[in-house]
Amino acid sequence: MNFSEPFKLSGLLGRFSPDGKCLASCVQHRLLVRDASSLQILHLYTCVDQIQYLEWSSDSLFILCAMYKRGVVQVWSLEQPDWHCKIDEGSAGLVASCWSPDGRHILNTTEFHLRITVWSLCTKSVSYIKYPKACQQGVAFTKDGRYMAVAERRDCKDFISIFVCRSWQLLRHFDTETQDLFGIEWAPNGCVLAVWDTCLEYKVLLYSLDGRLLSSYRAYEWPLGIKSIAWSPSSQFLAIGSFDEKVRILNHVTWKKITELEHPATIASKQTVSVDPKSMETLAELGNGVSDAPVIVYKEVEKSPTVGTERLSFPPTRELASSLFSTQSKYDISQVPVSLQYIKPVADRANPKVGVGMLAFSADNCFLATKNGDFQITSLSWHSSGDSMLLLSKDNFCVCYLEREEVK
Amino acid sequence: MGDWKTITVPVLSSDSQTTFPYTSERKRSPTSMSSQVLRLSLPSSKNMHSFFSAFCTEENIEQSISYIDRELTTLGFPSIYAESKGKELNLVSMVNCMNELLVLQHKNLRAQEEIEIQHLKLGSDMDHLQNCYAKLKEQLELSKREIVGLQEKDRQLQSKNRNLHQLLKNEKDEVSCFVQKLQNVISSRATQYNHDMKRKEREYNKLKERLHQLVMNKKDKKLAMEVLNYVGRADGKRGAWRTDKTEARNEEEMYKILLSDYEQRQKQLLLENTELKKVLQQMKKDIISLLPPQKQKPKERPEDGLVLSDQEEDIGELNKENMWELSCETVREQLTNSIRKQWRMLKNHVEKLDNQVSRGHSGALNEKDVISREDHELETEKLELEIQQCKEMIRTQQQLLQQQLTCDDDTTLLLQDCYLLEERERLQEEWRLFREQKKNFEKERKSFTEAAIRLGLERKAFEEDRGAWLKHQFLSMTADCKSENMTTPSAFLRSKYLVLTQTFV
Repeated sequence: MNFSEPFKLSGLLGRFSPDGKCLASCVQHRLLVRDASSLQILHLYTCVDQIQYLEWSSDSLFILCAMYKRGVVQVWSLEQPDWHCKIDEGSAGLVASCWSPDGRHILNTTEFHLRITVWSLCTKSVSYIKYPKACQQGVAFTKDGRYMAVAERRDCKDFISIFVCRSWQLLRHFDTETQDLFGIEWAPNGCVLAVWDTCLEYKVLLYSLDGRLLSSYRAYEWPLGIKSIAWSPSSQFLAIGSFDEKVRILNHVTWKKITELEHPATIASKQTVSVDPKSMETLAELGNGVSDAPVIVYKEVEKSPTVGTERLSFPPTRELASSLFSTQSKYDISQVPVSLQYIKPVADRANPKVGVGMLAFSADNCFLATKNGDFQITSLSWHSSGDSMLLLSKDNFCVCYLEREEVK
Repeated sequence: MGDWKTITVPVLSSDSQTTFPYTSERKRSPTSMSSQVLRLSLPSSKNMHSFFSAFCTEENIEQSISYIDRELTTLGFPSIYAESKGKELNLVSMVNCMNELLVLQHKNLRAQEEIEIQHLKLGSDMDHLQNCYAKLKEQLELSKREIVGLQEKDRQLQSKNRNLHQLLKNEKDEVSCFVQKLQNVISSRATQYNHDMKRKEREYNKLKERLHQLVMNKKDKKLAMEVLNYVGRADGKRGAWRTDKTEARNEEEMYKILLSDYEQRQKQLLLENTELKKVLQQMKKDIISLLPPQKQKPKERPEDGLVLSDQEEDIGELNKENMWELSCETVREQLTNSIRKQWRMLKNHVEKLDNQVSRGHSGALNEKDVISREDHELETEKLELEIQQCKEMIRTQQQLLQQQLTCDDDTTLLLQDCYLLEERERLQEEWRLFREQKKNFEKERKSFTEAAIRLGLERKAFEEDRGAWLKHQFLSMTADCKSENMTTPSAFLRSKYLVLTQTFV
């Protein structure tokens, strides 16, 4: 694996364009667009303030730079470098900004979540969405970009509005049975919307595109509830990771739990999976990932090289210095049963660092990757072919390859 | 032994010096009988004289004798007087009486000894039994006391147990009560919290509204968006006005999307269903084929009937199902039920086979049904050999048959001719033999007839000769009868007659 020379970056804002041809990065208030293969600088744009957020439009023609402190969003074009666009929210402030799926509208969320303004780059029209919900995932677009679901809260009740993205017309507006809606997510097929409640209340509601409640699922009542949710790419399964360190998988036919995956502190040689016997027929579709196959545990081992004291020289040579301080890490296969380091989180703090915080389905529906507990991993993503996975932490990243058995 | 009691012999005064040779000291339990036995023993030789002199003295000799005589007669002895009223003693009878008395005395003493021994034995047995009885009584007492003690302990433990159970129940109740209380506390706190949250949220909303108003007012002055020129839409179309038509179109589109999704899912499910149904039917067929053909046992006949009819029904169903669509609920249920039935039967069959195998492994050679492997193999070899032989035979026969059928006409005629020739020659041979034999028979018959004729002629001649001779003899006889004295001719005559009569008999 070759590495290029490092480039300066501020705010972790480095993004490839959706078509993969360009790489946008920002340094303070400057936006650099490079060619993805040669890393040559193609364009250089200067914004009014330090850029806090960067997003490519879906057709890779425009780049959005948001400056929350100033409440300003600037849009740059790749086709026409002298084209400029500046959106000033003024005293309303700005907390979030994103593109619409068609790449021609920008949705700005004002401070205190007063409203969401939909600015259009094609027309002079401006739309407002009032009372948006101040939650983690309040706005969700369908995969095909037709519809947008927005979570709202009026009079201490949660509502969901579904808009048609083409014309920003309100399609449906209905209330949800949640106490305090925490997030919404469309299924990849665009027909079902998953709505889940705050962690004080374990509740997942499934609404159809036309606003009907299809089903609701609640695993238990009092302890802390849902931490993360993920749809499988085929929309057949919904994985729910909760604070009790378990992942529950619902199937799309009956919306009932078909299986429950545990994350025990001690990994036994054979992980058995409890299966709901009524839903056995859908288990076959889940594939090899959920079965009592043997468990392989990879443990990262850091080795720092030891240096004999007599070989030390003063001043230390460059090679010696780098070798002293570089730590090599490798992965050992640990013998099962393995007991994982388990640090009990502080009980009297909010948002404890327990539970399944990250879920990722592989692209071919075969595997589900979960992160349980306090591991310092910031992101977990699969390759589109489904046989490798990327783990990112603050300082490291790890690429995992899966050896798959040949399917005859 | 009652006689012992009636005799009252004057008991000696209790002399301490008197010792009785046959007395025995009975320490334990002197019975009335034994005391009497004691006293009836003979006195010692020391005081014998005095004892004897006490009864009969010089003065009362006659009285004592008469007394003795009376006693003896009452006892059954003969009188000691010589005569019935005389005073002369019959010495012989007296001696006899004395002897008898002595013998009687000896017998009595022996009997006494025996009785005493028995008495001793019985006494010791009694002692022993009494000892045992006493010991058993003690033991019984002990065990009774133990039982009482144990019962007492048991009662105590039971009461303790009950107390503990009660305590446990109380604790459980308390705990559940406590849990209930905690739950109530939690729910009450939750409701309180929600209420407070709602209040705060309303306040916050009010603030937001206020802020929004302020912000909106301010916003009118500034131009919010500054753009060089408006960009064309991504799909190149123009923007459209919001009208009811567009709204309706949106609705339509939405429903179309939903419907298409449902339809796709339904198609998938249908495909899955048909596949599964096919698999199930295949499985059913396989299971039916795996099951052994049901034997006709009388007790299983009703089940057999059902099973067979089931199988027939199933086969009929299969045909029916192929004709209809497979979405009918009853059809589905029938299929699953029949599969379940067949599977159960297969399971039973496999279990039976397992049992048989396990029995066979545990060395049950007595089982008639279970044949050992070598026997089985031998049998199979034999059968194979047989089959081979039969096959060969069949082949040869077929060949011959083939030859017969598929030969040309000439060859068949030739063949037939050959066979006919053979037969003809054989027949000719036989005929020849037959003719020869016939000739022989004829010859023999001729000879026989000639012989018979000759014999007849000879007979005739012989008859004539005989007749003539008889006549001659007869005539000669009458001539000789005159001389009666001639015995020798009569003898001859007699013998001749005898011979003649013999020949004619």
